Amino acid sequence: MNDIIDLSFLQVGLAYIFVLLVIAIVRIRGIRREREIVISSVRMTLQLVLVGYILVYVFDNPNPLATVAIVVVMVVFAIYTILNRFKGNMSSALGWVVVFSMSFGTLSCIAYFLVVVVRVSPWYEPQYVVPVAGMLIGNSMTGISLGVHSLLDGMTTRRHIVEEALLLGATPRAATREIINNTFDAAIMPTINSMIGMGIVFLPGMMTGQILSGTVPTTAIAYQIAIMLGILGAVALTIITMLQLGCRTFFNKEDQLR
Amino acid sequence: MFELIGVRYGSILDLPNLEIREKQVTSLTGPSGSGKTSVLRMLNKMISPTSGQILFRGVDLREVDSVAHRRKVVMLSQEPAVFGKTIRDNLHAGLLFQEKKPSPDSALKEMMKKVGLEKSLDDDAHRLSGGERQRLALARVILLDPDVYLLDEPSSALDEETGQLIFDMLTTHAKANGKTIIMVTHSRAAAQKYSNVIIEMNGGKCMKKDSVHE
Repeated sequence: MNDIIDLSFLQVGLAYIFVLLVIAIVRIRGIRREREIVISSVRMTLQLVLVGYILVYVFDNPNPLATVAIVVVMVVFAIYTILNRFKGNMSSALGWVVVFSMSFGTLSCIAYFLVVVVRVSPWYEPQYVVPVAGMLIGNSMTGISLGVHSLLDGMTTRRHIVEEALLLGATPRAATREIINNTFDAAIMPTINSMIGMGIVFLPGMMTGQILSGTVPTTAIAYQIAIMLGILGAVALTIITMLQLGCRTFFNKEDQLR
Repeated sequence: MFELIGVRYGSILDLPNLEIREKQVTSLTGPSGSGKTSVLRMLNKMISPTSGQILFRGVDLREVDSVAHRRKVVMLSQEPAVFGKTIRDNLHAGLLFQEKKPSPDSALKEMMKKVGLEKSLDDDAHRLSGGERQRLALARVILLDPDVYLLDEPSSALDEETGQLIFDMLTTHAKANGKTIIMVTHSRAAAQKYSNVIIEMNGGKCMKKDSVHE
């Protein structure tokens, strides 16, 4: 295997031509998104540069506290992003449900993945913990965002159906069953689709990264399969926890719709 | 059966004292916005009074489990929802919600005949007209066999003839089985013809309570 080609500043700079291209497109089409594109590109760059330096330091000085801190920061940031996105549309009770399900769903799957599947030793080895945590948390964040969106939408557009079910003597759980199932489906679908296309339509990021850095493709693939299943589990667990607890927040203790 | 004592619901209802008796047909009439539907929703515990209390068979509704109560006191809304796909799905929906066994097709067909719907159980319920949906929803409620029927304008989407057929069927069914009916209706004539008691409402207050037939 060849050693990886180091990218110079100039080479990375050349990749920004894609940003210019996108800006040109939205300009011409009159889609007002220039600001967001510029901000997100700059943010992405700064965040990654910063993380790069932090990771270099952390990898050189493995420390359980530092590893845990990084995972906590990731979870907190993911939760903050979700809450911020639905600010004003979501009750504070549902907000707390998001906090709990994100923490519970991702942390339990990360622990299982590292301790039981990969068997990392020592358990806080940042080279493993950080990327695995990142992938599970990132995908769960996307899943729960889709889930909250679909749940809020379902409870608004199908409110009369829930109401009618209650009138007929349904429990809140039975009355929202269909909405919950549809929401779960909507939120888990991207993960399922990506598993279907995996290896054919696209080579996933982690595998590409490992191959680029010189890992034998078969090892990279073994990791990719395991992480994909881990992602599936984390996304599913996060969403179902959010839905099971979240649907209750639309009712008061008298089983009436709020 | 129901006793409303000092019941208020925001500025919508103000009912110092109202009694609704068992095994009778009670009609609530009055202009729209007079709080009739809110009364039904309160009796079904879909909403709770902001002050005052409602007794059901002598027990304060606040002490009663809402879901268990709604299974005894079922409400038919004015614009009923359609569940699932077929007519069969819709007739089964209520039973499933109440965790009861689904009825056999023969019982469903008989119920359809009772409400004057001549359709196949496999027909798409979403294609029914407003009046047909209303009768389908009524059939769904009768299958649940509750003690109390709360009916919100049960004939609003029906022509006069079908409306009469439905009222005849309902009142006969209630009398034969010792059921209580509390209904909201805009039709003064229907109220006169079918009720034991008519409660006239306006501006959230009970203006008059007439006994019609004992």
